[in-house]
Amino acid sequence: MSNPQQLRYSKEHEWLSGAEDGVSTVGITEFAANALGDVVYAQLPEVGSTVTAGETCGELESTKSVSDLYSPVSGEITEINEDVVNDPSLVNTAPFEGGWLFKVRVAQEPDDLLSADEYVAHTAG
Amino acid sequence: MSSSPTTAPRRTALDALHRSLGATMTDFAGWDMPLRYGSERDEHTAVRTRAGLFDLSHMGEITVTGPGAAALLDHALVGDIGGVRPGRARYTMICREDGGILDDLIVYRLAETEAGSSTCLVVANASNAQVVLDALVERSAGFDAEVRDDRDGYALLAVQGPESPGIVKALTDADLDGLKYYAGLPGTVAGVPALIARTGYTGEDGFELFVNPEHAVELWQALTKAGEGVGLVPCGLSCRDTLRLEAGMPLYGHELSTALTPFDAGLGRVVKFEKSGQPADFVGRTALAEAAARAESAPPRVLVGLVAEGRRVPRAGYPVVADGRVIGEVTSGAPSPTLGRPIAMAYVDATHAAPGTVGVGVDIRGSHEPYEVVALPFYKRRK
Repeated sequence: MSNPQQLRYSKEHEWLSGAEDGVSTVGITEFAANALGDVVYAQLPEVGSTVTAGETCGELESTKSVSDLYSPVSGEITEINEDVVNDPSLVNTAPFEGGWLFKVRVAQEPDDLLSADEYVAHTAG
Repeated sequence: MSSSPTTAPRRTALDALHRSLGATMTDFAGWDMPLRYGSERDEHTAVRTRAGLFDLSHMGEITVTGPGAAALLDHALVGDIGGVRPGRARYTMICREDGGILDDLIVYRLAETEAGSSTCLVVANASNAQVVLDALVERSAGFDAEVRDDRDGYALLAVQGPESPGIVKALTDADLDGLKYYAGLPGTVAGVPALIARTGYTGEDGFELFVNPEHAVELWQALTKAGEGVGLVPCGLSCRDTLRLEAGMPLYGHELSTALTPFDAGLGRVVKFEKSGQPADFVGRTALAEAAARAESAPPRVLVGLVAEGRRVPRAGYPVVADGRVIGEVTSGAPSPTLGRPIAMAYVDATHAAPGTVGVGVDIRGSHEPYEVVALPFYKRRK
């Protein structure tokens, strides 16, 4: 399992891209997708709504369980991935690419986001 | 989650093999069991369309032998075990004195080995194996029969799916064509001595193979090889749960519990007040006769199927609602790979139990999602 080096990671297993014009993309990691099993339903935050770092902003439902989705940063949602709404299995098949979840105009970033290497260490335990 | 946090989980004879196959393991009733090897949906589909191979060694086996074996089981269980012909199996239950269900069981009546003496293999759910063993030992007082804990004596492998007869046939001389559903015969599979049973918990044709644990790896590998050309895949407990749910089969702890009698669960037919043609006395008889009468006069909540109109998944314990009030409770729910929509089993008030009843929903974390009431099972294989 490889975690792209250019991304940053939260301890709750979201990844965050670098910001383009202040907007970052958020998804969940392959580690999290594997732990969930087949994702069958994704409830994503509404475009225009405000999310807060570390707080629930949606849910991901898999065969066995339902998990809260957290935002790794605070800011305003500018876009959600309609492809994932229509085909939630993208979260499993392409967690770092086509399975991204939402884009957020970052207002504030917590200072405890992890590098790829730190995230690997975090999940190794 | 763990039922025995202070002790190490038990591992089946196939444990190392599961890990080498990359299985995601999970605690199940104190056992470390494969949850899935890859995608649980793909495993589910393999069983419906081709074949799947399961390790079910966590199930609890109890052997009852002796001249009084059948009489003991007629006394201890609600079914007519004396009326089961050697070589056949029966789905039955063990109840408390108050009629509450202790477990649901499959009893295999094995071939009679000596005059007048019989051997029965009782298979209990992993989570209830000790409870069932203790009850059978206690209820055996006064019967000429021995109750033996055989949990360590068996590994259990199941091959399920439409390709399973071909796969097992390639490895045995046993007469599988003559082996009916709910029957078992001793034989060898891939050179391994086995009780070959035509049973399962998936809604498909298939076989359960009870073997000595020391032969489990050898048998697993032979089955894997025999199934190579027809798409057999290893399957975990996750898809086993969606398979049994689609097939409308109850699961202990979900549809069945000590709080319910078989009549409350819609399974009153397993209770036999006459056994071997005679009125029978058995543990729970008085309470169960009352439960039967009550079910006639005042129907209890009915176990029904629910099919989602949307995509949100109902889970066990979620309220079933209609007209703004709670009319029942979900006992099992999952996205159905075969139907492509979430499904659930639920106990609902009799007034809302008829298939097609409109206005029924499930309260999914505060939001009332519309559901269609349907008859069980959701899925029935074509024969």
